[in-house]
Amino acid sequence: MSSAAELTSQEYIKHHLTNLTADAQGLCSMDSGSVNPCDGFWTLHLDTLGWSVFLGFVFLYIFRSVAKKATTGVPGKLQCAVEMIVEFVADSVKSTFHGTNPLIAPLALTVFVWVLLMNAMDWVPVDFLPWIISIVGGVEMSQVYMKPVPTTDPNMTFALALGVFILTIYYSIKVKGVGGFIKELTTQPFGHWTLYPVNFILEMVTLLARPLSLALRLFGNLYAGELIFLLIATIGLFQLPVHFLWAVFHLLIIPLQAFIFMMLTIVYLSLAHEDH
Amino acid sequence: MNINATLIGQLIAFVVFVIFCMKFVWPPIMAAIEARQATIADGLAASDRAAKDLELAQAKATEQLKDAKSQAATIIEAAKKREMQIVEEAAGKAEAEKAKILASGHAEIETERNQAREELRQQVAVLAVAGAEKILERSIDAAAHSDILDKLVAEL
Repeated sequence: MSSAAELTSQEYIKHHLTNLTADAQGLCSMDSGSVNPCDGFWTLHLDTLGWSVFLGFVFLYIFRSVAKKATTGVPGKLQCAVEMIVEFVADSVKSTFHGTNPLIAPLALTVFVWVLLMNAMDWVPVDFLPWIISIVGGVEMSQVYMKPVPTTDPNMTFALALGVFILTIYYSIKVKGVGGFIKELTTQPFGHWTLYPVNFILEMVTLLARPLSLALRLFGNLYAGELIFLLIATIGLFQLPVHFLWAVFHLLIIPLQAFIFMMLTIVYLSLAHEDH
Repeated sequence: MNINATLIGQLIAFVVFVIFCMKFVWPPIMAAIEARQATIADGLAASDRAAKDLELAQAKATEQLKDAKSQAATIIEAAKKREMQIVEEAAGKAEAEKAKILASGHAEIETERNQAREELRQQVAVLAVAGAEKILERSIDAAAHSDILDKLVAEL
């Protein structure tokens, strides 16, 4: 908003879409011709990491404090809220996953609440956190890089999808054995042995499309939402009603994307457990 | 947007969070929920059972009331019958007593009458002798005329 006076809209949006990045040499500078441009693999998005870990701790702190004091009698209001979420996740798992794996339900709960909290960072006005940092740190807002929605960072969504993918492969092999897994990849959909290579290519595409779509769906939705928030922030005073409408729309987007991510996690792991 | 080491960091965070959730968050909450569900189910079953028990008890009470009523009616009936019987018996006994008393009275009267008659007869004999003495104005030898006197006594 205020920085829009110094930057063009394009620069403003680009500025807001840049992560706070650091590597072994220290913080990276985004200015052209800087000494530490950070374009290697071994760099970290500090804002993504920091916010996601912070939100993960928020989730675990709230749920753990409820779990410690969980009473079987009349529950308190916080316990009721937590139990509602837990039961919702447990029901979703029960209706989709028919095995007895004790990992699936906690995994689904973690994915759902964590992604929900990270998505919810979208509601924080785009300039609010940079503004606070500029006041506390005494720096210009144009020098503050802060992207507080971790799910708008593909590193975050791919990390989640990769975790789910690794579990899928692990349980596929554990349940069906290496032979069974290979058989599943090669003998479908065509039954004749000459077509096994074709089957393998098709099945590999299916297999790899799952984590890819899982990661890109969440990233795409949240990134687009964030981008629209940034565009709205550039239009001056009229942004207030428009921002409000877009934030209201995110009442739908944010839980929906978290729910979709959780459901697909359960579905993929359920498929991994199915022995044909 | 570029993929870098952040992904690895996030993956580690993800794994740690999931393990923590699996070990320390999910089991106690689920245990609490399930225990409460069991308690509620027990309570509902108990209330169902209580309702059924109440129904049974009510039916039993009605049954017992009906039994008691019919028993009371039977007892009253028996009592009435017994009463009639007692009255009848008493009446019979009284009748018999009356007859006995009457009979003994009659017998007594008869005896007394006979006694009186005997006495009268004796006295009449004496009177007749005295009368005859007076009439003859002389003494009669009682022994000589005893046969006549005896005859007279037998005639009276």
